[in-house]
Amino acid sequence: MNKMDLDGKRGGVSRRTCLKLIATAAGGVAAGVGSAKFVGRLGRAPEGTWRVLTAGEASLVEAIAEQIIPADRDPGAREVGVIFFIDRQLDGPYRRFAAKYRAGLVCLAQTSQAVFSKPFESLAWGDQTKLLQMLESNKIPKDIWTKPSASEFFNLVRDHVMQGFYGSPRHGGNRNYASYKMLGLEYPRVIGQNRYG
Amino acid sequence: MANKHVNAVIVGAGAGGGVVSKVLAEAGLSVVLLERGTWQTFDDHTDDELFSQRTTVLGNAYGPDDARYCRVCENPDGSTRIVLPSESGYNNVAACVGSGTLSYGAMAWRFMPQDFKMRSTYGCPEGSTLDDWPISYEDLEHCYERAEWEIGVAGDDSTNPFAAPRRKPRPMPAFPYNKEARVLIKAAERLKWHPFPIPMLRNSIPYGGRPQCIHMRSCVGFACPINAKCGTQNTVIPAALATGNCELRTNTVVSEVMIDERGHARGVRYFDSNDRLQEQTADLVVVSASATETARLLLNSKSKLFPNGAGNNNDWVGRNLQGHAYCGADGLMPEEIYEEAGPGACVAFSDFNHGNSGLRGGGMLCNEFIPLPYLYTGIRPPGAPRWGLAHKEFQRRNYKRTIRVKGPVQEMPVFESRVRIDPALKDHWGIPVVRLSGHRHPHDIEIAKFIVGKAEQLLRETGTSEVWTSVPGAGGPSGGQHQAGTCRMGNDPKTSVTNRYGQMHEIDNLFVADGSLNVTNGGFNPALTIMALGYWVGEYIAKEWKSGAHFHV
Repeated sequence: MNKMDLDGKRGGVSRRTCLKLIATAAGGVAAGVGSAKFVGRLGRAPEGTWRVLTAGEASLVEAIAEQIIPADRDPGAREVGVIFFIDRQLDGPYRRFAAKYRAGLVCLAQTSQAVFSKPFESLAWGDQTKLLQMLESNKIPKDIWTKPSASEFFNLVRDHVMQGFYGSPRHGGNRNYASYKMLGLEYPRVIGQNRYG
Repeated sequence: MANKHVNAVIVGAGAGGGVVSKVLAEAGLSVVLLERGTWQTFDDHTDDELFSQRTTVLGNAYGPDDARYCRVCENPDGSTRIVLPSESGYNNVAACVGSGTLSYGAMAWRFMPQDFKMRSTYGCPEGSTLDDWPISYEDLEHCYERAEWEIGVAGDDSTNPFAAPRRKPRPMPAFPYNKEARVLIKAAERLKWHPFPIPMLRNSIPYGGRPQCIHMRSCVGFACPINAKCGTQNTVIPAALATGNCELRTNTVVSEVMIDERGHARGVRYFDSNDRLQEQTADLVVVSASATETARLLLNSKSKLFPNGAGNNNDWVGRNLQGHAYCGADGLMPEEIYEEAGPGACVAFSDFNHGNSGLRGGGMLCNEFIPLPYLYTGIRPPGAPRWGLAHKEFQRRNYKRTIRVKGPVQEMPVFESRVRIDPALKDHWGIPVVRLSGHRHPHDIEIAKFIVGKAEQLLRETGTSEVWTSVPGAGGPSGGQHQAGTCRMGNDPKTSVTNRYGQMHEIDNLFVADGSLNVTNGGFNPALTIMALGYWVGEYIAKEWKSGAHFHV
């Protein structure tokens, strides 16, 4: 695991500070949408650490997530904070998947080394895509993936990325309802004006 | 301190039990209504797609919870897996006051007269236990009417020539059609089909002291923020409580119907909100806990005279588990047809419920409820990219251009599709859990393919060529939120569990009042029929009670 435990810097602002800022923003949205009771129960994220993932695992999951929903003219998985959704759920209802994540991420890192002789995060965009396509179709070096299977792991992460991108921001992703904006859905809906009578 | 003896204890405050509580309380019986869940409102979970009753990936908004409940599913090869309530194999029904009627899509269907006479209309196919109901549509008609007026239904049959006959119109006018419905209606008229508005347990005008619907896009799977959706939790249950004769106890989990030495029901044992075991004795017991949980409770209630569970000496309790073979087609329109007017489903076609050559029964078709953004990620033509920029492009381009035409297709009951008790696994309270096993009848796939063909035909008639279909697989058993059939009513005690009034053949003060009674499940969403059965069973008990048959043991 320690091989992946990197704390990358980007554009002068440390990645971790950046993520902290996003976390604060996401918390603000949740307070607006949910009840006070709900926010109280979730509590604040522990300062500077992830709930379940190591920093290295988080950056790897985030790289996969960005492949699954890349940024274009609309934000991608990274920008809307899908990683916060996943980390938070792995400490909640998805606790039952935590071991599968951990094992799958090790296999993914090994597959990347075996095929491209580089860590996944350092691969060119197109090579990352190719690697994930290999996982999706289970066309991978056989000795690396036993449990979970490559496609099982890929589908699990894919589903969770979709949930983090399109679900309610109260769970940590979909910052500012970015995906709703992308689809042209107003949120919050203005109700009370009699426009549908 | 012991609970005070009452006339009736009812297990489950959903579509069936909620109605029974009102009928009995108004007839002057003292009633205790037990509900394993609690009172829920929109504010508890708001419009959170991932934590609703429709998409349950993070849990069921209105229960049951993953921490205390589980079931076992038997795979076709005999191996088993444990399923949580938030996983699809669990076949969940909401655990709260009102149960599914709090968060349903609220379609308010009456079954058709033929739906009560499936065996005499079509004959029984090999491998099925298809039969007629012991009651007819005409018997149940006044109960449908009571459900429509006391709980509240909006609808209009005037353009549906296949509608079951009725004495009285519905109390509220139908909802208007939205943009996609208007597109479908034009196509349907060219095909000589008969479009009509879906009847809804939703206020199209202010009704029952509650306001008019505000058309949330998050409607199905969610409680209504303004209480414009009509369920038992905001109609008959408050009415039962208002009589002063009914006490509702929430967070109570019933473990057993107590049967005495002479084979009469004595009351129930339950765990209260502090997980303490309590007894509630009663002159009669009504079980209305859904087709899976009702069967489980009866099977778990073993006694000297009923070593295989209450009223189960002929081994029919838990058998014939049915749901609906849900199927249909999806199409992409050349232009945006999305309208911000939830829940979206508003036009139906009953042209294929019966009279399909060479086939038994059929199903209603209608346009689907608005899929929320995450649910929509699963709506794709075969082979479409599931991720990457192509995924995003599909979402952006098609979210507002998709029309889904779907329907609940009537299934052929299968004796081996069933609810049993798992020999090993227990829930939080130590109560043995449900084990589901069985398979679909091959006719389900055949009829589903036929109905899918009709849905596809309609979508193609709109002029689009981008259409794809979905047919259910043969794996099973069926069930889902439309689960039914596990305590079949009938005239012959050897081939049914209760008589025509929901009264157990073998235990005359033990009743069933939910979808378990359904001999067959119609080609329609079953909520209104379950409510009607609540009135049917409740009225019988009240009548017997008044004539002096107090079920005293």
